[in-house]
Amino acid sequence: MEPRDLSDVWVLVPVFNEAPALGGVLHDLLQVFPNVVCVDDGSSDGSDLVARAHGVAVLRHAINLGQGAALRTGLEFARSEPDASYVVTFDADGQHSVADALAMVEVAMAEDVDVVLGSRTQGRAVDQPRTKALLLKAGLRYARWSSGLELTDTHNGLRVLNRRAFEALELRQRRMAHASELERLIASNKLTWREHPISVTYSEYSMSKGQSNLNAFNVLFDLFAARLDSPS
Amino acid sequence: MIIKVVLVVGAVVGAVWLLRGSRHAGRLAFTRVCSLAFAAAWIVAVLFPGLVTTAANLVGVGRGTDLVIYALVLVVLFSGLSQYRRTRELESQLAELTRALALANRQDGRRREPVEADHV
Repeated sequence: MEPRDLSDVWVLVPVFNEAPALGGVLHDLLQVFPNVVCVDDGSSDGSDLVARAHGVAVLRHAINLGQGAALRTGLEFARSEPDASYVVTFDADGQHSVADALAMVEVAMAEDVDVVLGSRTQGRAVDQPRTKALLLKAGLRYARWSSGLELTDTHNGLRVLNRRAFEALELRQRRMAHASELERLIASNKLTWREHPISVTYSEYSMSKGQSNLNAFNVLFDLFAARLDSPS
Repeated sequence: MIIKVVLVVGAVVGAVWLLRGSRHAGRLAFTRVCSLAFAAAWIVAVLFPGLVTTAANLVGVGRGTDLVIYALVLVVLFSGLSQYRRTRELESQLAELTRALALANRQDGRRREPVEADHV
Protein backbone atom coordinates (compact mmCIF):
# COMPACT_ATOMS: atom_id res chain seq x y z
CA MET A 1 0.00 0.00 0.00
CA GLU A 2 1.08 3.55 -0.66
CA PRO A 3 2.93 4.84 2.41
CA ARG A 4 1.06 7.75 3.84
CA ASP A 5 2.58 10.84 5.34
CA LEU A 6 1.94 10.52 9.07
CA SER A 7 4.09 13.43 10.22
CA ASP A 8 0.99 15.39 11.28
CA VAL A 9 -0.26 12.53 13.47
CA TRP A 10 0.63 12.38 17.17
CA VAL A 11 0.06 9.17 19.07
CA LEU A 12 -0.82 9.95 22.67
CA VAL A 13 -0.03 7.21 25.16
CA PRO A 14 -1.13 7.82 28.75
CA VAL A 15 1.14 5.81 31.05
CA PHE A 16 0.87 4.83 34.66
CA ASN A 17 3.30 2.16 35.84
CA GLU A 18 3.43 0.26 32.57
CA ALA A 19 7.18 -0.29 32.36
CA PRO A 20 6.96 -4.04 31.48
CA ALA A 21 4.70 -3.50 28.47
CA LEU A 22 5.53 0.03 27.41
CA GLY A 23 8.77 -0.76 25.61
CA GLY A 24 7.10 -3.19 23.24
CA VAL A 25 4.16 -0.88 22.65
CA LEU A 26 6.39 2.08 21.80
CA HIS A 27 8.61 -0.05 19.61
CA ASP A 28 5.60 -1.21 17.59
CA LEU A 29 4.14 2.29 17.37
CA LEU A 30 7.39 3.83 16.15
CA GLN A 31 7.50 1.38 13.24
CA VAL A 32 4.52 3.25 11.80
CA PHE A 33 4.04 6.58 13.56
CA PRO A 34 6.93 9.07 13.72
CA ASN A 35 5.40 11.19 16.49
CA VAL A 36 4.61 9.63 19.84
CA VAL A 37 4.05 11.44 23.11
CA CYS A 38 3.87 9.62 26.44
CA VAL A 39 2.13 11.29 29.32
CA ASP A 40 3.61 9.63 32.36
CA ASP A 41 1.02 10.02 35.08
CA GLY A 42 3.39 9.93 38.03
CA SER A 43 4.68 6.39 37.52
CA SER A 44 7.02 5.02 40.14
CA ASP A 45 8.37 2.08 38.13
CA GLY A 46 10.56 3.98 35.71
CA SER A 47 8.03 4.06 32.87
CA ASP A 48 9.28 7.52 31.96
CA LEU A 49 12.80 6.17 31.52
CA VAL A 50 11.49 3.45 29.21
CA ALA A 51 9.70 6.10 27.17
CA ARG A 52 12.77 8.32 26.98
CA ALA A 53 14.92 5.39 25.92
CA HIS A 54 12.63 5.05 22.90
CA GLY A 55 13.12 8.66 21.94
CA VAL A 56 9.50 9.73 22.23
CA ALA A 57 8.28 12.99 23.72
CA VAL A 58 7.64 12.57 27.44
CA LEU A 59 5.41 14.73 29.61
CA ARG A 60 5.63 13.74 33.24
CA HIS A 61 3.03 14.47 35.89
CA ALA A 62 4.79 14.94 39.20
CA ILE A 63 1.90 13.17 40.93
CA ASN A 64 -0.68 10.65 39.78
CA LEU A 65 -3.80 12.45 38.55
CA GLY A 66 -5.70 9.77 36.64
CA GLN A 67 -6.02 8.73 33.03
CA GLY A 68 -8.45 11.49 32.10
CA ALA A 69 -6.00 14.09 33.35
CA ALA A 70 -3.17 12.44 31.43
CA LEU A 71 -5.21 12.56 28.22
CA ARG A 72 -6.01 16.18 28.80
CA THR A 73 -2.32 17.00 29.21
CA GLY A 74 -1.63 15.17 25.97
CA LEU A 75 -4.39 17.02 24.15
CA GLU A 76 -3.07 20.36 25.36
CA PHE A 77 0.34 19.33 24.11
CA ALA A 78 -1.15 18.53 20.71
CA ARG A 79 -2.85 21.92 20.58
CA SER A 80 0.51 23.57 21.14
CA GLU A 81 2.02 21.63 18.23
CA PRO A 82 1.11 23.69 15.18
CA ASP A 83 1.68 20.79 12.78
CA ALA A 84 -0.51 18.30 14.61
CA SER A 85 -3.64 17.49 12.64
CA TYR A 86 -4.58 14.20 14.28
CA VAL A 87 -4.23 12.66 17.71
CA VAL A 88 -4.44 8.92 18.28
CA THR A 89 -5.05 7.85 21.87
CA PHE A 90 -3.47 4.48 22.49
CA ASP A 91 -3.28 2.37 25.66
CA ALA A 92 0.14 1.61 27.09
CA ASP A 93 -0.60 -1.95 28.21
CA GLY A 94 -0.41 -3.57 24.79
CA GLN A 95 -4.11 -4.30 24.33
CA HIS A 96 -4.37 -2.27 21.12
CA SER A 97 -2.87 -3.02 17.75
CA VAL A 98 -0.93 -0.51 15.71
CA ALA A 99 -2.58 -1.78 12.55
CA ASP A 100 -5.99 -0.83 13.94
CA ALA A 101 -4.72 2.61 14.87
CA LEU A 102 -3.35 3.13 11.38
CA ALA A 103 -6.60 1.98 9.79
CA MET A 104 -8.53 4.42 11.97
CA VAL A 105 -6.26 7.31 11.02
CA GLU A 106 -6.83 6.45 7.37
CA VAL A 107 -10.58 6.48 7.95
CA ALA A 108 -10.34 9.88 9.65
CA MET A 109 -8.30 11.25 6.76
CA ALA A 110 -10.33 9.71 3.98
CA GLU A 111 -13.77 10.48 5.34
CA ASP A 112 -12.90 13.77 7.05
CA VAL A 113 -14.67 12.71 10.21
CA ASP A 114 -13.78 14.48 13.49
CA VAL A 115 -13.64 11.46 15.79
CA VAL A 116 -13.07 7.79 15.06
CA LEU A 117 -13.78 5.51 18.01
CA GLY A 118 -12.44 2.00 18.22
CA SER A 119 -15.20 -0.51 18.83
CA ARG A 120 -14.55 -3.91 20.34
CA THR A 121 -17.95 -5.33 19.59
CA GLN A 122 -17.61 -4.72 15.89
CA GLY A 123 -14.16 -6.22 15.96
CA ARG A 124 -12.90 -9.09 18.02
CA ALA A 125 -12.35 -9.17 21.78
CA VAL A 126 -9.74 -11.79 22.43
CA ASP A 127 -10.22 -13.73 25.67
CA GLN A 128 -12.65 -11.28 27.19
CA PRO A 129 -13.93 -12.46 30.58
CA ARG A 130 -17.70 -12.79 30.96
CA THR A 131 -18.09 -10.32 33.82
CA LYS A 132 -16.20 -7.73 31.83
CA ALA A 133 -18.53 -8.28 28.90
CA LEU A 134 -21.63 -7.85 31.08
CA LEU A 135 -20.28 -4.71 32.68
CA LEU A 136 -19.38 -3.20 29.32
CA LYS A 137 -22.89 -3.91 28.10
CA ALA A 138 -24.35 -1.99 31.04
CA GLY A 139 -21.84 0.80 30.53
CA LEU A 140 -22.74 0.94 26.86
CA ARG A 141 -26.40 1.37 27.65
CA TYR A 142 -25.54 4.23 29.96
CA ALA A 143 -23.24 5.83 27.39
CA ARG A 144 -25.92 5.75 24.72
CA TRP A 145 -28.46 7.21 27.06
CA SER A 146 -26.27 10.00 28.40
CA SER A 147 -24.57 11.02 25.16
CA GLY A 148 -27.36 10.29 22.70
CA LEU A 149 -24.84 8.66 20.35
CA GLU A 150 -25.67 5.31 18.78
CA LEU A 151 -22.50 3.69 20.08
CA THR A 152 -21.68 0.00 19.84
CA ASP A 153 -18.87 0.20 22.42
CA THR A 154 -17.69 2.55 25.13
CA HIS A 155 -14.70 3.11 27.36
CA ASN A 156 -12.29 2.01 24.70
CA GLY A 157 -8.93 3.75 24.78
CA LEU A 158 -8.25 3.65 21.05
CA ARG A 159 -9.52 6.79 19.34
CA VAL A 160 -8.54 9.17 16.58
CA LEU A 161 -9.32 12.87 16.92
CA ASN A 162 -8.74 15.49 14.27
CA ARG A 163 -7.68 19.03 15.10
CA ARG A 164 -11.26 20.27 15.26
CA ALA A 165 -12.00 17.58 17.84
CA PHE A 166 -8.97 18.00 20.06
CA GLU A 167 -9.36 21.75 20.01
CA ALA A 168 -12.94 21.40 21.14
CA LEU A 169 -12.74 18.67 23.77
CA GLU A 170 -12.17 19.94 27.29
CA LEU A 171 -11.93 16.89 29.51
CA ARG A 172 -12.68 17.72 33.11
CA GLN A 173 -12.91 14.19 34.45
CA ARG A 174 -9.56 13.15 35.80
CA ARG A 175 -10.21 9.46 36.37
CA MET A 176 -11.94 6.90 34.18
CA ALA A 177 -15.18 8.82 33.74
CA HIS A 178 -13.42 10.82 31.01
CA ALA A 179 -14.56 8.24 28.46
CA SER A 180 -18.25 8.94 29.06
CA GLU A 181 -17.48 12.62 29.24
CA LEU A 182 -15.76 12.47 25.87
CA GLU A 183 -18.79 10.86 24.29
CA ARG A 184 -21.04 13.55 25.73
CA LEU A 185 -18.69 16.24 24.45
CA ILE A 186 -18.74 14.75 20.96
CA ALA A 187 -22.48 15.15 20.99
CA SER A 188 -22.61 18.61 22.57
CA ASN A 189 -19.89 19.99 20.26
CA LYS A 190 -21.69 18.47 17.27
CA LEU A 191 -18.56 16.69 16.10
CA THR A 192 -18.88 14.12 13.35
CA TRP A 193 -17.87 10.66 14.43
CA ARG A 194 -17.90 7.05 13.47
CA GLU A 195 -16.81 3.78 14.91
CA HIS A 196 -14.24 1.44 13.54
CA PRO A 197 -13.95 -2.25 14.39
CA ILE A 198 -10.82 -3.12 16.30
CA SER A 199 -9.52 -6.16 18.07
CA VAL A 200 -8.39 -6.00 21.66
CA THR A 201 -6.05 -8.44 23.31
CA TYR A 202 -6.75 -9.20 26.95
CA SER A 203 -3.40 -10.59 27.95
CA GLU A 204 -2.60 -11.73 31.45
CA TYR A 205 -0.62 -8.55 31.80
CA SER A 206 -3.37 -6.21 30.69
CA MET A 207 -5.87 -8.04 32.89
CA SER A 208 -3.66 -7.66 35.92
CA LYS A 209 -3.28 -4.00 35.08
CA GLY A 210 -6.89 -3.51 34.08
CA GLN A 211 -9.61 -1.86 36.06
CA SER A 212 -11.45 -3.57 38.83
CA ASN A 213 -15.07 -4.09 37.86
CA LEU A 214 -16.05 -2.14 40.96
CA ASN A 215 -14.55 0.92 39.36
CA ALA A 216 -17.77 1.21 37.38
CA PHE A 217 -19.33 2.59 40.53
CA ASN A 218 -16.60 5.22 40.80
CA VAL A 219 -17.23 6.25 37.23
CA LEU A 220 -20.93 6.76 37.90
CA PHE A 221 -20.18 8.68 41.08
CA ASP A 222 -17.71 10.98 39.33
CA LEU A 223 -20.18 11.68 36.54
CA PHE A 224 -22.92 12.45 39.03
CA ALA A 225 -20.69 14.71 41.12
CA ALA A 226 -19.64 16.58 37.99
CA ARG A 227 -23.26 17.34 37.19
CA LEU A 228 -23.74 18.83 40.62
CA ASP A 229 -20.53 20.81 40.26
CA SER A 230 -21.24 22.26 36.86
CA PRO A 231 -22.21 25.92 37.09
CA SER A 232 -25.19 25.63 34.73
CA MET B 1 -43.41 16.80 63.97
CA ILE B 2 -41.63 20.10 63.70
CA ILE B 3 -38.21 18.54 64.15
CA LYS B 4 -38.64 16.34 61.09
CA VAL B 5 -39.36 19.35 58.94
CA VAL B 6 -36.45 21.25 60.44
CA LEU B 7 -33.97 18.40 59.98
CA VAL B 8 -34.97 17.39 56.49
CA VAL B 9 -35.22 20.93 55.17
CA GLY B 10 -31.94 21.80 56.90
CA ALA B 11 -30.17 18.86 55.31
CA VAL B 12 -31.48 19.60 51.82
CA VAL B 13 -30.81 23.33 51.96
CA GLY B 14 -27.35 22.76 53.40
CA ALA B 15 -26.43 20.18 50.78
CA VAL B 16 -27.58 22.37 47.91
CA TRP B 17 -25.74 25.34 49.39
CA LEU B 18 -22.55 23.37 49.72
CA LEU B 19 -22.63 21.67 46.35
CA ARG B 20 -23.87 24.51 44.18
CA GLY B 21 -22.78 27.63 46.01
CA SER B 22 -19.98 29.43 44.24
CA ARG B 23 -19.51 32.58 46.30
CA HIS B 24 -16.56 31.58 48.41
CA ALA B 25 -16.63 34.50 50.83
CA GLY B 26 -20.32 33.97 51.51
CA ARG B 27 -19.89 30.28 52.15
CA LEU B 28 -16.95 30.84 54.43
CA ALA B 29 -18.85 33.42 56.48
CA PHE B 30 -21.84 31.08 56.70
CA THR B 31 -19.64 28.24 57.93
CA ARG B 32 -18.00 30.45 60.53
CA VAL B 33 -21.29 31.84 61.82
CA CYS B 34 -22.66 28.31 62.12
CA SER B 35 -19.55 27.12 63.95
CA LEU B 36 -19.73 30.01 66.42
CA ALA B 37 -23.44 29.47 66.97
CA PHE B 38 -22.82 25.79 67.51
CA ALA B 39 -20.07 26.48 70.06
CA ALA B 40 -22.26 28.99 71.90
CA ALA B 41 -25.18 26.57 71.95
CA TRP B 42 -22.89 23.89 73.29
CA ILE B 43 -21.72 26.08 76.21
CA VAL B 44 -25.31 26.94 77.08
CA ALA B 45 -26.26 23.27 76.93
CA VAL B 46 -23.44 22.32 79.27
CA LEU B 47 -24.27 25.03 81.80
CA PHE B 48 -28.04 24.55 81.68
CA PRO B 49 -28.79 20.93 80.75
CA GLY B 50 -32.47 21.46 81.43
CA LEU B 51 -32.69 23.98 78.61
CA VAL B 52 -31.80 21.32 76.06
CA THR B 53 -34.78 19.20 77.00
CA THR B 54 -37.02 22.28 77.02
CA ALA B 55 -35.81 23.18 73.54
CA ALA B 56 -36.27 19.58 72.43
CA ASN B 57 -39.85 19.52 73.67
CA LEU B 58 -40.53 22.78 71.85
CA VAL B 59 -39.73 21.18 68.49
CA GLY B 60 -41.42 17.90 69.32
CA VAL B 61 -38.46 15.78 70.44
CA GLY B 62 -38.78 13.84 73.69
CA ARG B 63 -35.30 14.02 75.13
CA GLY B 64 -32.61 16.68 75.00
CA THR B 65 -30.03 14.03 74.14
CA ASP B 66 -31.93 13.13 70.99
CA LEU B 67 -31.95 16.76 69.89
CA VAL B 68 -28.21 16.94 70.40
CA ILE B 69 -27.72 13.77 68.32
CA TYR B 70 -29.88 15.14 65.50
CA ALA B 71 -27.92 18.35 65.47
CA LEU B 72 -24.64 16.42 65.49
CA VAL B 73 -25.67 14.32 62.53
CA LEU B 74 -26.37 17.47 60.53
CA VAL B 75 -23.05 18.99 61.53
CA VAL B 76 -21.10 15.85 60.64
CA LEU B 77 -22.90 15.60 57.31
CA PHE B 78 -22.11 19.16 56.34
CA SER B 79 -18.56 19.21 57.51
CA GLY B 80 -18.02 16.03 55.49
CA LEU B 81 -19.60 17.55 52.40
CA SER B 82 -17.69 20.79 52.66
CA GLN B 83 -14.43 18.91 53.17
CA TYR B 84 -15.23 16.84 50.11
CA ARG B 85 -15.87 19.91 48.08
CA ARG B 86 -12.78 21.66 49.32
CA THR B 87 -10.69 18.60 48.49
CA ARG B 88 -12.09 18.54 44.98
CA GLU B 89 -11.18 22.17 44.47
CA LEU B 90 -7.68 21.59 45.74
CA GLU B 91 -7.31 18.54 43.53
CA SER B 92 -8.30 20.43 40.44
CA GLN B 93 -5.86 23.22 41.26
CA LEU B 94 -3.17 20.64 41.83
CA ALA B 95 -4.01 19.01 38.50
CA GLU B 96 -3.71 22.32 36.70
CA LEU B 97 -0.36 22.96 38.32
CA THR B 98 0.93 19.49 37.57
CA ARG B 99 -0.18 19.78 33.96
CA ALA B 100 1.48 23.14 33.47
CA LEU B 101 4.67 21.77 34.96
CA ALA B 102 4.60 18.69 32.75
CA LEU B 103 4.05 20.76 29.61
CA ALA B 104 6.80 23.21 30.56
CA ASN B 105 9.29 20.44 31.28
CA ARG B 106 8.82 18.36 28.18
CA GLN B 107 11.51 15.69 28.34
CA ASP B 108 12.33 14.21 25.02
CA GLY B 109 14.39 11.10 25.08
CA ARG B 110 17.12 10.66 22.56
CA ARG B 111 16.47 7.69 20.40
CA ARG B 112 19.05 4.98 20.73
CA GLU B 113 20.68 3.76 17.55
CA PRO B 114 18.12 1.52 15.88
CA VAL B 115 18.60 -2.17 16.42
CA GLU B 116 18.61 -4.30 13.29
CA ALA B 117 14.94 -5.27 13.65
CA ASP B 118 13.99 -1.66 13.02
CA HIS B 119 14.21 -1.63 9.26
CA VAL B 120 11.92 -4.59 8.66
